[in-house]
Amino acid sequence: MKEEIKQDLIGREYTTLNLGPTHPATHGIFQNVLKMDGEIIIESTPTIGYIHRAFEKLAERRPYGQITTITDRLNYCSSPINNMGWHMTVEKLAGIKLPKRVEYLRVIIMELARIADHIICNSVIGVDSGAMTGFLYVFQFREHIYEIYEEICGARITTNIGRIGGLERDFSQTAWLKIEKLLKELPKGLKEFEDLLIRNRIFMDRTINCGPISAEMALAYSFTGPNLRAAGIDYDVRVMNPYSSYEEFDFMIPLGTNGDTYDRFMVREQEMKESMSIIKQAMQKLDKLEDKTSYNAEVPEFYLPPKNEVYNEMEALIWHFKIIMAETSVPKGEVYHCVEGANGELGYYLISDGGRTPYRLHIRRPCFIYYQAYSEMIKGAYLSDAILTMSSMNVIAGELDA
Amino acid sequence: MSDKNLTNINQKVERLEGYEGPGFLATTLDKAVGLARKNSLWPLPFATSCCGIEFMATMASHYDLARFGSERLSFSPRQADMLMVMGTIAKKMGPVLRQVYEQMAEPKWVLSVGACASSGGIFDTYSVLQGIDRIIPVDVYVPGCPPRPEQILEGVMKIQEMVHNESLRRRNSPEYAELMASYGIK
Amino acid sequence: MFNTIEPEAFFEQLKTQFAEKILLVEKHYDVTVAEVSHDVIKNVILFLKEQGFQFLTSCNGLHLPAAEKKFGMIYHLHDFKRNLRIRIKTFTQNDPPHFPTLTDIFPAANWMEREAYDFFGFRFDGHPNLHRILNEDSMEGWPLRKEYPLEDQARFDKDDKMFGR
Repeated sequence: MKEEIKQDLIGREYTTLNLGPTHPATHGIFQNVLKMDGEIIIESTPTIGYIHRAFEKLAERRPYGQITTITDRLNYCSSPINNMGWHMTVEKLAGIKLPKRVEYLRVIIMELARIADHIICNSVIGVDSGAMTGFLYVFQFREHIYEIYEEICGARITTNIGRIGGLERDFSQTAWLKIEKLLKELPKGLKEFEDLLIRNRIFMDRTINCGPISAEMALAYSFTGPNLRAAGIDYDVRVMNPYSSYEEFDFMIPLGTNGDTYDRFMVREQEMKESMSIIKQAMQKLDKLEDKTSYNAEVPEFYLPPKNEVYNEMEALIWHFKIIMAETSVPKGEVYHCVEGANGELGYYLISDGGRTPYRLHIRRPCFIYYQAYSEMIKGAYLSDAILTMSSMNVIAGELDA
Repeated sequence: MSDKNLTNINQKVERLEGYEGPGFLATTLDKAVGLARKNSLWPLPFATSCCGIEFMATMASHYDLARFGSERLSFSPRQADMLMVMGTIAKKMGPVLRQVYEQMAEPKWVLSVGACASSGGIFDTYSVLQGIDRIIPVDVYVPGCPPRPEQILEGVMKIQEMVHNESLRRRNSPEYAELMASYGIK
Repeated sequence: MFNTIEPEAFFEQLKTQFAEKILLVEKHYDVTVAEVSHDVIKNVILFLKEQGFQFLTSCNGLHLPAAEKKFGMIYHLHDFKRNLRIRIKTFTQNDPPHFPTLTDIFPAANWMEREAYDFFGFRFDGHPNLHRILNEDSMEGWPLRKEYPLEDQARFDKDDKMFGR
């Protein structure tokens, strides 16, 4: 395709089209200056950084517990995964071992977040290919998931779920009921959504072979997450480097073959079903556990004591003060911990010099790394396909620009 | 729809104040135009980050901004009445926001949604603009990080109130020209 | 926790290949870390790529103002087949620091190196498009160096009396 265009276009005039930074179809703040021949893209120059917020610098000035709030705002479609990833990084550094129950609870939250993120991404693919209805159908389920978050932690998007060393509180009875309700209703809703799209001629024509990427290219550009799996490489951090007891769960990694928009869509659809199965398994495992109450590890130097103890006991008061003032001792060292974020491997590389704040925190943001292949992927494609490719890649501006 | 619901809706329909008789209503032009503008605001969503996701929820079926006459999103600044700035505005983005504002036709209103847009929020860093009111005038601020959809709706309702009560001559007044001049906007 | 199957064998090979250029090999937490002399970093990464480390997980800069060698680059590589991760570090004392680019080995390194340039002012020799990526091109200074102030300098509402500074 590319070669044909080169030969065909010798001596022609090109138009320059500025796509972004505030284009309604880009779902975020990216700029692409496109060199176009008619409707075909010859070259694109991406500019990013329009919401650069200096997370890494900010993290150098914040105590460990307070960094959770900034991880929320990385990939804001699935903040709980970012929160948990950060907590696990610090836990790894400090060598904290969590009770099984906490790990299962975390798994439930993380999988809910994955479902919410995939719902947004897939329904937006629908919107961009001209099918608004699907978006309105499945968005109510995302709303249900947000209600579950609210029940667990009180917030909808910037969840700040959990603390270093566990969760802030146990799931309430209502939260469990809501999770059960979601698990019952979501498959029906997804079926409806899929019936609208996956065998729909228009949708198939729009998405099959749109923005394909080969497995080699995807590896070279360090793709991770559903985008890599759609290209046919079965890399999933949950399986390769299990964290939070993922090794005990039985789930499949859906794979695509062409790495095009349709495959990415299908991989995400399938992953949502796997996530539901993981949540069910986690609930069964929780039922089997003898431990029915613990929601944190016994780490007084990281985990805030309950308020009534703070008011009544000397030691709890001291720990409370030390944690809030960030005077607890953190071991020196460097760790890299990664979790399977909703759009790829989300890694935290933390260097601690024993001080109250990290010496350096580098965040491996999956979409920052794979978005650089975008200009390569849309070369020779139509403009409308480029829009669809972008929404199917699940690029989140907050994470991209950090 | 049952009769009961119908009567409820009828009660909520706004009535213009004025001199009323059988088959006619005399009122001021201000009020009539205000009512019309208020219920057909075309928002321009300038969504950059997390608050933009809450805006999606506000637009979608559950919260439904369409109830306030704002379902028609205008992505072109030329036809928009209300600029909704949602999310962090970095210094790199500042000139873009300002240009979008300048492109909008009068009358225009600005809603600043979320802590970042209003004041920089938790991002007191070298790269983030510390509140959009440094570059453009803002009518209503919505606090929260991010605000709930209900809060965004309330912000829109506050704007509606302003629109309703605004004098038709306000945009021609010397005070308004002074305000614009203080931002360096012609 | 990462599954690390015998990475020592690699490092034995690496040591025989590059001799005294490998400054340090140690197991730190769950990954093996190697510190490599600045002049052979590219060769080491090429060698590792041939050995199966096909995936560049991330690379990032580091500023150590108190150390003798102030500037460092840290590379995380991943071998999918054996499920092995390693971390390669290299340090230099020059300012501005120069590092060889990896863009010809891993295309993914392109933006990561631009980010390191943007944050620390590292120059990557041979990089096709080395300019700032996240900040404006007109910005002065290197924001992630330790001496650069974090806070926005244009704030006028921060009264020192009130904040006790």
